[in-house]
Amino acid sequence: MAIAEQKLTSTAPTTKESFQWRSWLATVDHKKIGIIYIISAFIFFIIGGIEAMLMRVQLGTPNSTFLSADLYNQLFTMHATTMVFLVVMPMNVGIGNYVVPLMIGARDMAFPRLNAFSVWLFLGGGFLLYLSFLTGGATNVGWFAYAPLTQTQFSPGQGVDYWILGLGLTGVASIAGALNFIVTVLNMRAPGMTINRMPLFVWMNVVVSFILIFAFPTFTVASIQLLFDRQFGAAFFNPALGGDAVLWQHLFWFFGHPEVYILILPVMGMISEVLPVYSRKPIFGYSFVAFSGVGIGFLGFIVWAHHMFGTGMGPIANGFFAAASMVIAIPTGVKIFNWIATMWGGDVRLTTSMLYAIGFISMFIIGGISGITLASPPIDLQQTDSYYVVAHFHYVLFGGSILGLFAGAFYWFPKMTGRMLDEKLGKAQFWLMLISMNVTFFPMHILGTEGMPRRIYTYESGMGWEMWNFIETIGTFFLAFSVLMFIYNVLVSLRSGEVASNDPWDAATLEWVVPSPPPSYNFLHIPHVTSRRPLWDAKYPHTTADDHHGEKSAPSQIRYEYSHEDSPGAKEIHMPTLTFMPMVLSAGLTVAALGFIYINQAILGLPIRTASYVFVAIGIVMVFYAIRGWVLDSRRDSPYLGHH
Amino acid sequence: MSSSAGQAHHGEAHQKPLVGSMGVDSRKLGLWAFIGSETLFFATLIVTHLIFYARTSNTLSSVGALELLDPRLGYLAIELTTVLATLLLASSLTMVLALAASKARDWKRFRIWQLATILLGASFVGGQIYEFIHLYHEGLKLAPAFEMHLSHEAHKALTALNLDPSIVRLKEAGEHATALVPSLFGVTFFVMTGFHGLHVTIGIIWLIAIYVKVSRFPESPENPMDIELGGLYWHFVDLVWVAIFTLIYLI
Repeated sequence: MAIAEQKLTSTAPTTKESFQWRSWLATVDHKKIGIIYIISAFIFFIIGGIEAMLMRVQLGTPNSTFLSADLYNQLFTMHATTMVFLVVMPMNVGIGNYVVPLMIGARDMAFPRLNAFSVWLFLGGGFLLYLSFLTGGATNVGWFAYAPLTQTQFSPGQGVDYWILGLGLTGVASIAGALNFIVTVLNMRAPGMTINRMPLFVWMNVVVSFILIFAFPTFTVASIQLLFDRQFGAAFFNPALGGDAVLWQHLFWFFGHPEVYILILPVMGMISEVLPVYSRKPIFGYSFVAFSGVGIGFLGFIVWAHHMFGTGMGPIANGFFAAASMVIAIPTGVKIFNWIATMWGGDVRLTTSMLYAIGFISMFIIGGISGITLASPPIDLQQTDSYYVVAHFHYVLFGGSILGLFAGAFYWFPKMTGRMLDEKLGKAQFWLMLISMNVTFFPMHILGTEGMPRRIYTYESGMGWEMWNFIETIGTFFLAFSVLMFIYNVLVSLRSGEVASNDPWDAATLEWVVPSPPPSYNFLHIPHVTSRRPLWDAKYPHTTADDHHGEKSAPSQIRYEYSHEDSPGAKEIHMPTLTFMPMVLSAGLTVAALGFIYINQAILGLPIRTASYVFVAIGIVMVFYAIRGWVLDSRRDSPYLGHH
Repeated sequence: MSSSAGQAHHGEAHQKPLVGSMGVDSRKLGLWAFIGSETLFFATLIVTHLIFYARTSNTLSSVGALELLDPRLGYLAIELTTVLATLLLASSLTMVLALAASKARDWKRFRIWQLATILLGASFVGGQIYEFIHLYHEGLKLAPAFEMHLSHEAHKALTALNLDPSIVRLKEAGEHATALVPSLFGVTFFVMTGFHGLHVTIGIIWLIAIYVKVSRFPESPENPMDIELGGLYWHFVDLVWVAIFTLIYLI
């Protein structure tokens, strides 16, 4: 194949003029894959935000007929599914993809083709999820899809099947991505980059990857079982036929609760990078921050049933899960105190990124405290399925994850694009976003305690809920405006923003050694690392802190020179060739999954059923073609098997 | 399936090819992590099966009909499955021998043992397909109830119990009597063992691919690792069967 013969180093675009679709669609470069993740996740963020706004307009006034009940149900289900699986997860993965290999001094992820496969399969899953809006209605059963509502007699359309298979694809993509992160971090570190010198963002990514590979299979199995219920009448979760609805809850939340930490831990890692740089101080208690993340990862697996207090599990189960859930507050609190102590006495620079990081800490504390209240079964029984819960998870997911992701975005945007974002606009956006998120989400605490249930599409007037609902709806519009400000900031800055140097923030980690944006091979000379803050050591040798008591280690060896695309010596670096095969493989799986949704649709008559077989067959052919091509491509890159 | 970037830098002596900062081959590390993930996959399937089996056996034993209608005793042919389990376990041995042969660079012996592994695996899958078809005809289907053929004595004994039709419904058609029992035993059994069989099938395809590649490029220094990786996955799939066989068939 002609394309595959070309090396990435010779096709990677360095300027706008040389932009080639092929260099993106067939890319195996972790940085480009990261950017595809980030842009896709941001588009889904806008879609999920529009869904939220439609719901808020509906709820802004009592007895509203703006949306039908069914459409409202579809919107809240897809809003949650989108924000969890198509926004926060891929945004974390995207930034991790871009930054982690740079931070550990590697030239790419361990498995570049698998990495490309992950991003395209994630997009395939997102495509399926949204295709359902056009094919008879999206899933409307809520994002945790409780049984027996998901059974065909209650959800006769194909929305739930699209949801199962769409999330199935993103799940496989996530597991493949997590395996890639684990191997990359454990095996691709530069010389001297020991586990205990890794940046905390890298730490959190590897913790999350381990959580992910152990949490996702349970959901995969549960959703396959649900698919068997719907397609082949299996009745796993159908109590009328001997199945067990509560089993679904256990299997779902055994995945679903660790999932919460999958959403927040990478963001905590970002904060742990941002705070020290803008405080000009090393992170306070590095080991505590790292190991509390590991602790959260472990504890996250034994608290799932606190989502099920309302199910009636009995006092022993309630007691255990309540206690375990409260214990999680300890490692989380450790992190928060470490972040505050990092800023304490530091030379704090209140950049936009720093403001977002501080915003993260403050909002996350509010969400954390309401979380502790919900860990108590008597309180939870009052508040479960009320707007109080909605307030809680929006404080940790918006106030936490999203604000933290903006901190990361402002921090790493210069590295990724070579341009600085506008700080003035950014700060204005921060304040607008912080205030409007509180206007939107804080009254939900009040409405929840006043008894407003979540997931109702409208309410009577005279319940005393009108004022707060109206205020929340107004808040949403300001929130949307703050996101528009960010989009404007990105577009303007990409065109005419201040040009970023290698190291615009005077940072400490290795991604700031290389040019902004980095060349395709990242490092011309792999750095030799001797401390946790290699770049600060190199820049300020007299202040070098030691890893070991009293002994001053030699500063890390970092060579800045020649690290650009056409550096002498760059041609010697062998990077994997471009290949379309990961994309073809993902497309094949998506097509087969789409066909599978209609595999048993006898009601719709012969044509649909035949078409579904054709789709499955085409998908399988594509899968085999892609695997064959993938093997041939990897042989081409093998140092031993050579070109054939 | 994947090669490692950065591991393929020529000219830079800071890393040995295929071995990373953990001192392990990247693909091996990735495969171990994947096996960790698969453990949870099968654990969920097995636990689901055990939960529903316990439920069925509790219901049947509460009415005194467990001995006559226990789906595990009534359907699962321990003799056939023991033969299949032996074949699969034997394939783990031949896999080890294939790897040992490849390390000794004895490609003829490698081919013999690898082929033996593939054939043993294929006979396991063949046996499983036979078992599935047999069970289907015996009345164990992918449906939330099974219909068990009854001997004359069993039918008489069950009729005497005068059971609630929501627990057991007896049917008589001429000479043949059956008992229809609402139970998810068939569903959980087929889904669990079916997914295991799918994994064995994928393993066979993988081992064939290794066989072809090693035969074509016997000189490649990657061969022992390629074989080891395929073998690692193969042993895991065998081990899952040991768990399923013990938990479902033996105890």
